[in-house]
Amino acid sequence: METIILFAPLVGALIAGFGWKFIGETAAQWISTGLLFLAALLSWIVFLMFNGTTEIIPILRWIESGSLSTDWAIRMDRLTAIMLIVITTVSALVHLYSFGYMAHDDNFREGEHYRARFFAYLSFFTFAMLMLVTADNLVQMFFGWEGVGLASYLLIGFYYRKPSANAAAIKAFVVNRVGDFGFALGIFALFLLTDSINFSDIFAAAPEIAQTQMTFLWRDWNAAEVVAVLLFIGAMGKSAQLFLHTWLPDAMEGPTPVSALIHAATMVTAGVFLVCRMSPIMEFAPNAMTFVVFLGATTAFVAATIGLVQNDIKRVIAYSTMSQLGYMFVAAGVGAYSVAMFHLFTHAFFKAMLFLGAGSVIHGMHHEQDMRNYGGLRKKLPYTFWAMMIGTLAITGVGIPLTHIGFAGFLSKDAVIESAWAGGTGYAFWMLVIAAMFTSFYSWRLMFLTFFGKPRGNKHTHEHAHESPTVMLVPLGVLALGSVFAGMIWYNVFFGYSDKVADFFGIPEAVEMVEDGEADEGVVAAADNLAEGDVDGATAAVTEEEIAEADGDAGGHHFAFGGEPGDGAIYISPDNHVLDDAHEAPTWVKVAPFVAMVIGFLTAFMMYIRHPAFPRQLAEQQRPLYNFLLHKWYFDEIYNFIFVRPALWIGRFLWKRGDEDTIDGGINGVAMGIIPFFTRQLNRAQSGYLFTYAFAMVLGLAVLLTWMTLFGGAN
Amino acid sequence: MISADIQVVLPEILLAGYAMLALLVAVYTSKDGLASTLTWLTAGVFLAFAVWIGINGVGTDTAFSGMFVSDDFSRFAKITILISAAIVLLMSEGYMAERGLLRFEYPVLIALAVVGMMVMVSAGDLMVLYMGLELQSLSLYVVASLRRDSIKSTEAGLKYFVLGALSSGLLLYGASLVYGFAGTTLFTGIIIAVADGAPIGLLFGLVFLLTGFAFKVSAAPFHMWTPDVYEGSPTSVTAFFATAPKVAAMALFARVVFDAFGGIVGDWQQIVAFLSVVSVFVGSIAAIGQRDIKRLMAYSSIAHMGFALMGLAAGTALGVQAMLIYMVIYVTMNIGTFAVILGMHRDGKPTTDITMLKGYSNREPLMAFVLLVMMFSLAGVPPLLGFFGKLYVLRAAYDAGLGWLAIAGVVASVIGAFYYLRIVYYVYFAERDDGAAGRLPPVLWTAAVVSTVIVALAWVPGINLFGLEPFAAEAALTLVN
Repeated sequence: METIILFAPLVGALIAGFGWKFIGETAAQWISTGLLFLAALLSWIVFLMFNGTTEIIPILRWIESGSLSTDWAIRMDRLTAIMLIVITTVSALVHLYSFGYMAHDDNFREGEHYRARFFAYLSFFTFAMLMLVTADNLVQMFFGWEGVGLASYLLIGFYYRKPSANAAAIKAFVVNRVGDFGFALGIFALFLLTDSINFSDIFAAAPEIAQTQMTFLWRDWNAAEVVAVLLFIGAMGKSAQLFLHTWLPDAMEGPTPVSALIHAATMVTAGVFLVCRMSPIMEFAPNAMTFVVFLGATTAFVAATIGLVQNDIKRVIAYSTMSQLGYMFVAAGVGAYSVAMFHLFTHAFFKAMLFLGAGSVIHGMHHEQDMRNYGGLRKKLPYTFWAMMIGTLAITGVGIPLTHIGFAGFLSKDAVIESAWAGGTGYAFWMLVIAAMFTSFYSWRLMFLTFFGKPRGNKHTHEHAHESPTVMLVPLGVLALGSVFAGMIWYNVFFGYSDKVADFFGIPEAVEMVEDGEADEGVVAAADNLAEGDVDGATAAVTEEEIAEADGDAGGHHFAFGGEPGDGAIYISPDNHVLDDAHEAPTWVKVAPFVAMVIGFLTAFMMYIRHPAFPRQLAEQQRPLYNFLLHKWYFDEIYNFIFVRPALWIGRFLWKRGDEDTIDGGINGVAMGIIPFFTRQLNRAQSGYLFTYAFAMVLGLAVLLTWMTLFGGAN
Repeated sequence: MISADIQVVLPEILLAGYAMLALLVAVYTSKDGLASTLTWLTAGVFLAFAVWIGINGVGTDTAFSGMFVSDDFSRFAKITILISAAIVLLMSEGYMAERGLLRFEYPVLIALAVVGMMVMVSAGDLMVLYMGLELQSLSLYVVASLRRDSIKSTEAGLKYFVLGALSSGLLLYGASLVYGFAGTTLFTGIIIAVADGAPIGLLFGLVFLLTGFAFKVSAAPFHMWTPDVYEGSPTSVTAFFATAPKVAAMALFARVVFDAFGGIVGDWQQIVAFLSVVSVFVGSIAAIGQRDIKRLMAYSSIAHMGFALMGLAAGTALGVQAMLIYMVIYVTMNIGTFAVILGMHRDGKPTTDITMLKGYSNREPLMAFVLLVMMFSLAGVPPLLGFFGKLYVLRAAYDAGLGWLAIAGVVASVIGAFYYLRIVYYVYFAERDDGAAGRLPPVLWTAAVVSTVIVALAWVPGINLFGLEPFAAEAALTLVN
């Protein structure tokens, strides 16, 4: 079944890409979409039936070269199962949505065929993404990693007549190369350390790696830290974390369904997936994880600030995505991998919906994307309005505080923030709370500017604004369901008490017996562990028991995760209590994001409903700050100065001086100057006079005799 | 005893007898009227001798106390000489007849030259060597100036003669120096004399000898007669010059350096390497300035002799094998090229200006293709035969530790590729309405097409250069042991 899920999109891509000339564009679209829905259905079956035990499904022998030997196999565990449903569901809905969105595109001339190509790219992307998440080894994952990069490049630059789209595609590709370089180095390092690229071997060797030193960049480092940082650099590129994020906003040049699928729900979360997948390594690299937390929190904050002032509807959502990715990395960084996956999961629903809703608005408004030209669209686009409203309620985190009732984002985001608090880094906690406030502000700003107030901009456009066709509204409805319920349904298994989470992710528990039985049994369990040589487990068992006694009933749920690295879908070391600590967070911590959300909402309400003139005045008053945010902290300008211009200069130097002057000049000089010179000399020597010829012979003889005298014989 | 000796040299004696008989018969009958018949007959005799030598010869025989040697090496060279001479003779018949040059002396002189060449490659003694060399040279001087009414032709003959005399003098002087220091003219004696290293006087003798050979193979800087003689001689004679005598001189070169001086490889290796590297560069660079295809082919042959010498410079059996294969390939390519050159006509007259080849592909597509294959092969473009020839000698040189020489050879062949490709460019991409045209007579046509097929397809696995390699390897082994 997993094999069908994996290959159905590939088949769809091939048929749509190469077969549309024979079966027609519409048929190609339907086939690829149908195959995606099949894959989505099977994925849900797999997800719901899955029992948490890691399973490896070999497909074929792939690489056999020296000591590098690997299969092409599907690694089926909880992480994969979660990603399967996220990818195939969103992808299937986006396929369906694209029927309407791509029906008539002004970027292509009348009679040009582009739809089948679009669907082929979408399906190919889905295949590559599935390759990434089902990978059983790092090279297979890298294949998928590069495959999605390629698909992203192709789709960002889909409107190939637009120079800005081409530039954005190249930018995305180049920036991702930087991250991929880190990822590739990480793979090399792991192969160097373990002589294998298979996850099973690497995970098993994780404790050993943590004890190893390796030389990198002229210094000795802890091997686990180096590997973790290198892999995270790969994740930074793909997931648009700070310093490697500049491509994501520009990627909005692609068609909106692409933004929803690739640049919101799936591809950009690959980095989070990578960190969770490599949790057995990450757990042994505390310093690298601190770096992840710091960078994630900073990204969440910076992206949120930029999102405050953007005017392009898609860019606001893009910065929102970047910010939410920061949340996920914070959760992963503090060791709450399941929480990171939880936010990834819910975010996929509401962010895809926000994008598709934005796409619906753009479609209805004849490809107008500037929110300053919207306003009062509530009546014109009623379904879209309600879908966007649900998305906004979800992303801002609306719910009933201190209960588990609320929109998907309420549960997962609060889980992230509580984990950040439990992780012990006040910086991350406060950054995320402030970011939550900003998130609320810009999300409501988007809603108010688009759907409320008076129509602004081109009157003609507003008059012709229309609701989108059903094929575009159905996906919105399905995603709305996910946005409302996904958090409540799966709260316990992602962010419940350890036993639930452990069960869900297939992680063996070291101290289950302690909880159930008397203290004596705990000691016995510890002794058993000792006897098996599992010192960590024994220590954890004893420690847990002490805590359990101290805390009484309240600590009854204190567990330590057990098992060896690689036993479950994620590995959480026995002394990692973030998940439980998060539940013990004080009430003010738990309420903080809700308060932040309310403040953000009220501010937006005051500024855009009550006093619509106020934002302009504020921008005028705080001109430097406004510009700073509007220009995205000047990242592009700085990069342009530090990297792009020197690179262009080097390129031009190598081209003009190196290639044209040195190489071309050298070859032309030899071929058109030096050789003809000798040709002329030799032809002049060929005078036609006998004495010249005889002289040449005698001269040659003299040279040879002299040579012989000096170097011949005994000499 | 004497009958055994006669047995060994029987082919040479019989061929010489045939030449003299033909001369007498023709003189006392219809003279030039017999020329055409005689040409065909001589070519047939050559081929018959080639077959005879090929079938009959086994092992190593010496005659006249080692003065004459018949072994695998000499037989390999003789067969190559005889076959190429026969083909060139047939190719020249039509051309000469058309221009009124077909005299009955021509085939007779060629036959005598071939006898000389056969003696050269079988020489086991400096005196026999000289005898063969002079017999060949004297015949060639005459055929070079066969067109007595042409200033260019007589000039070519005279220049060839004077410079040939100079080189003969140098060679004789070298022979006398060697004799003076070794006390014998027999190769078998000389090699014993130099077994413990050679005195400087003997090395001087060696240098003089090699100078003489270098003149015969037209290796730079003793090459300067070549372009003038090639240009001035009738084209069919040029075709002959470019083939059989080169093989004979190169074989003689190898014979002397290995049979007589095989013990002091290190000494002559430097000289041969020097001749080789100068030849490849001079041949490649000077040819660029040529406008006459015969002069161009002269420089081409200088460069190719440089490559053949590269194999020889290796001083190993592999090197000699490479040299022999290279010479066979070289002869094949030259036969194909000269077949086309002999067929180049403009307004019913032969022409040798390379600009006349512009647009040739429109007029004679097949012959244009032949020229294309030949030029690519001469330039050494894979997978044509010329590439493999070069590969052999370069590998031999590299294996013998002459990496610098191999690199120089590659650089020179890149330079040389220019003028070969320019001809292809003229033939295929340049336009000219009044250029060379005209259908080739059947003999030329056959020679051109067959050599093209060989050059283009010999690399195919299964054909393997028509089984040439093992014969060349055996020949090389008898020489180098």
